[in-house]
This record gives sequence, structure tokens and C-alpha cells, in this order.
Amino acid sequence: MSRPLILGALLSAGFIMMALLSLVWTPYDHTLLDIPNKLQPPGGAHLLGTDHLGRDILSMVMIGARTSIAVALVALAVGLTFGVPLGLAAAARKGSWLDEVIMRGNDIIFAFPLLVMAILITAVFGPSAVNAIIAFGLFNIPVFARVTRGAALPLWEREFIMAARVAGKGASRISVEHILPNVLNLLIVQGTIQFALGIQVEAALSFVGLGVQPPTPSLGRMLADAQTLVTLAPHLAIVPGVAIILIVLGLNLLGDGLRDTLDPRLRRRPA
Amino acid sequence: MQRYVLKRFGSLILSLFVASLVIFTVIEIAPGDPASFMLGINAQPETLAALRAELGLDQSKLQRYIAWVGGMLTGDFGTSYTYRTPVSEMVADRIGVSIPLALYALTLSITIAIPAGVYAAARRGTAPDLAVLGATQMGVAIPNFWFAMMLVLVFAIQWRVFPAGGFPGWGNGFAAGLKALTLPAIALALPQAAILTRVMRSALLDVLGEDYMRTARAKGLTARQTLWRHGLRNAMIPVLTIVGLQFSFLFAGTIIIEQVFYLPGLGRLIFQSISARDLIVVESVVMLVVFGVILINFIVDLAYAAVDPRLRDRT
Repeated sequence: MSRPLILGALLSAGFIMMALLSLVWTPYDHTLLDIPNKLQPPGGAHLLGTDHLGRDILSMVMIGARTSIAVALVALAVGLTFGVPLGLAAAARKGSWLDEVIMRGNDIIFAFPLLVMAILITAVFGPSAVNAIIAFGLFNIPVFARVTRGAALPLWEREFIMAARVAGKGASRISVEHILPNVLNLLIVQGTIQFALGIQVEAALSFVGLGVQPPTPSLGRMLADAQTLVTLAPHLAIVPGVAIILIVLGLNLLGDGLRDTLDPRLRRRPA
Repeated sequence: MQRYVLKRFGSLILSLFVASLVIFTVIEIAPGDPASFMLGINAQPETLAALRAELGLDQSKLQRYIAWVGGMLTGDFGTSYTYRTPVSEMVADRIGVSIPLALYALTLSITIAIPAGVYAAARRGTAPDLAVLGATQMGVAIPNFWFAMMLVLVFAIQWRVFPAGGFPGWGNGFAAGLKALTLPAIALALPQAAILTRVMRSALLDVLGEDYMRTARAKGLTARQTLWRHGLRNAMIPVLTIVGLQFSFLFAGTIIIEQVFYLPGLGRLIFQSISARDLIVVESVVMLVVFGVILINFIVDLAYAAVDPRLRDRT
């Protein structure tokens, strides 16, 4: 196990545990306004300080991380649920009209700038976590379809698939029983990358007011609130920002480390 | 080559057609009637009907779609509900901020990434290489809007060397305009520079293992000469592709960064129109941004094929 992999796993696990913990316990009630104790610097009774309404920042970061992780995770599930079967089907029928339609459809979704589409969807249907999930989930579909197809295609040339065909198994059964287990590594790696991207997209959407709505804390929203107060209390901007960086860094290191561990030949797509 | 260009052009048109359909549909199913929104809840039914007719809301969806696309093709992007100004004029004012900002950021990204990537690749596995790789991991993880806030805190508020936001307009001198765009451009460029550094590094590492590199050394070139004359030139092909893709990322990324710096660009126009529910503006500006991105990707593909003949036969 490489050092980046361990660091990534620890960071990711730490934040996921913190997010889970926030379901049952936070140091303070994040809805509790305590104006006399507003803008407290970190340390003292509030470990990470308080915001302009006297709310405990650590509690808000815990719940904010939970929100970001939940949004990114559901969007990931959307991408996997639709993308993987599409990719498997395209690979099983390489060169057919089905393959053509799936891959051209993918090209078109890819051509859309993700952020612009997310803004359009959330702007029109109203800003909410659900719409942020839909926007990013849609974008995840072609990503997973492409990765699955790319990994599945060379497998179809292999002897063990031939053997399965000779044994009389159909294309869909082969896809599920033989192709899918062999592309799983790749999906896990791509999954961590898309997970990290989801955290960033959620933060960006919340930052411009199109993501999770108050009073639910979200890391992006906390940064937006901090924008006017950053000179008075820099920790308001620094704490949520560092939280986003650490989650994303952890997931990226985890993804890179898993990639190297699971398949040394595999290279990450650069962009 | 001709066949490749035609094929790519066909998919460009198809992408634009689908994009226009998607954007139109999304705007169509948006809740709320624009006319009643503009006139408020006390509007007379006749006034409402008159406005709906003026806006073309009484026509069928197909008629409206054709009118919109036809208008876009001839440079008529519709008229803003709230400002009563042609959208094309509003766009013309703001594109002069967004495009220079994206280009500025791209220049920064390339200026940082290419030397950093070459430096790291030439010292593979050593401490400097690992330091560069660590820095790129950080660079990718930092949200650009957060980095923007930190830049404002340090360079605009503490040291007062750059403005914290706003744009004086190019009319007040090129230097003043450039100065206002510097912090936004740095913020936008950071994550892209990190990605580009990694691409540059791995592309160069791939090339360094090639036989012709060994031949170059064998014929008496120094390591440095081999790296710059043969290595870099061949490694530039994947790097250029990513540079092209980055321009479209940066162009879309300006939308968020403009919010942080209060820059009067296309992004701010989109957000202002969203809060005013001025959907004609949202629809046309989003379509323009998507058009820009798809067009850039098309140009990159063609440029790539011109450089690398193997790609023309790609299916």
C-alpha cells in the first residue's frame, strides 16, 4: 500500500465518519443563534469559532460535509445505475446502431459544459439539493458509460468470454457474470474521481446560491456567507474551504492510490 | 482529412441542434408564466394577453422554437423582458470581459504548467518531482472560488496591490483592465495549471522512453538537447489537446469567478437574469456559452488532426 493511498483512505474515512456522526451528534445545535458570541475566533468553547450569527462552525462543517457527501454520492449512484448498463450494452453490441446511439448521445452530453447545465437546471427548476443531484447525475451517466464500454471492449476478445459463449450464455448474461466483475476495479477508481468532482460541483452550486438551501448548512453556502465578512473574520472562509480541499484531496489520493494498486497499467484520464 | 472534417462538422451541427432542443425544453417547462411574472399579480387579463402576444407566448411551441433558433442564426437573440434591450447588445457588452478573462487564465495556466511539467519529468522520482506532484494534487483539490477569496484577502485587502473586484472597462486603459482581471485569472488558472502540469509531465515521461530519444542521445546530443529538441516537441501533442479543452473549461468557469469579483461578464448576466426570471436572456446566453464551448472543441479536434495524421482515420 502506498503512502498516498493510506493518506487518502484516512482523509476520506475521517470525513465520512464525521458526516455520519453529525446525524446523531454535533458539538452545538447548528440552528442555535447566539448573537453575543458571534464571530468568535477558533479555540475556546467553539473549537472552530462561530459565524456572524453565533452558530458553531464545527457543527456546521460537520453537517455541511454530510450534505456535500450525500449530494455527490446520490449523483454517483445515478451515473452508475444508468451509465454502467449502457456501457455494457454498447460493448456487447459493438458497432451496432445501439452502440452508435449510446456513444453519440454521450458525445453530446460531454459537449455541454457541466457547470452551465447545472446552473440552467437549478435556475429553472429552483435551487435545491435534488436539482443539483439531477444536474450532476446526468453528467455522470456518459462518464461511466464510456469507462465501462472502453474497459469491456477488449474483454470481449478474450478466451474466457469465448468459452462462456460456447457454453451457450447470452450477451446480457455474459455482461453481468463475466464482464462486470472484470471492469469493477476501473469503476471503483472512476467512482472516487467522480465523487470528488461531485463535492466540488455541489460546493460551487451552493456558493452561487443554487444548491442546498438554508437553514441546511453546506460548505459552499458557508463560503458565500463568509464573502462579505472575510476581512473581519478570515476563519469563516478558511475553515469551510479547507474542509472542501481535504475531502477532495482525500478522495483524489484514494482514487490515484487504488488505481495504482488495482491496475498498474491503468492511467487516469487527464481532464 | 476531408472526410474527417466533414464527419466532425456533422457532429458539431448535431450537438448544437440537440443543445438548442435541450435548452429550449428546459426553459419551456420552467414553472411560471413570464408575462404574469413581469406584470405582477394585479395585472388585467387584457394587458396580460397583449404582453403574451408581444412575447410570442400565444404561439405553438414549435413556432417559438423555430423563431428562437432562426433569430439566433441571424444574430437576433431576442429582447430582455426586464431591461427592454436586445439581448445581443447586452451580450456584446459583457463578452469583452469573459473572453479576455478566459484567455488570460489560459495564458497563465500554460506559463506555469509547461515549465513545471518539464521540470518534474526531467527529475522523475526525486524530491522536486514529488513536490511538484504534491502541489498539483493540492491545486486540483482547491475550489477556484475559494482560492479567489483568499487572493482578495491577501492581495486586495492586506497588500492593496490589486482591486478586490469590479471592472473599469477597457475604455479606461488596457493596463487598468488587465489589473482588474489579474486576480480572477489567477484563481481560474490554478486548478487548470495543476491538471496541465500532470499532463505535461506524463506526456514527457512517455516520450522519454521512446527509441528515438535513445538514438538522439547516441548520436551525441546532451540530455538537455534531447529533452528540448525531441522530447518536448513530441510530448506537446497531448498537451495541446488539453490546452484546447481547458479553454472551454475556463470559459464556463468564468461564470462562478465573475460572481466573486463582481465582474460584469456573461456569468453575471446569467445570474442577474435568473434572479429576475428574465428567461429569454438565460436561454440565449446559455445557448451562446454552449455554442462557444462546442465550437472550441471542434476547432481543437481539427487542429489535432492537422498535427497528428493518425487521428484522421479514427472512428
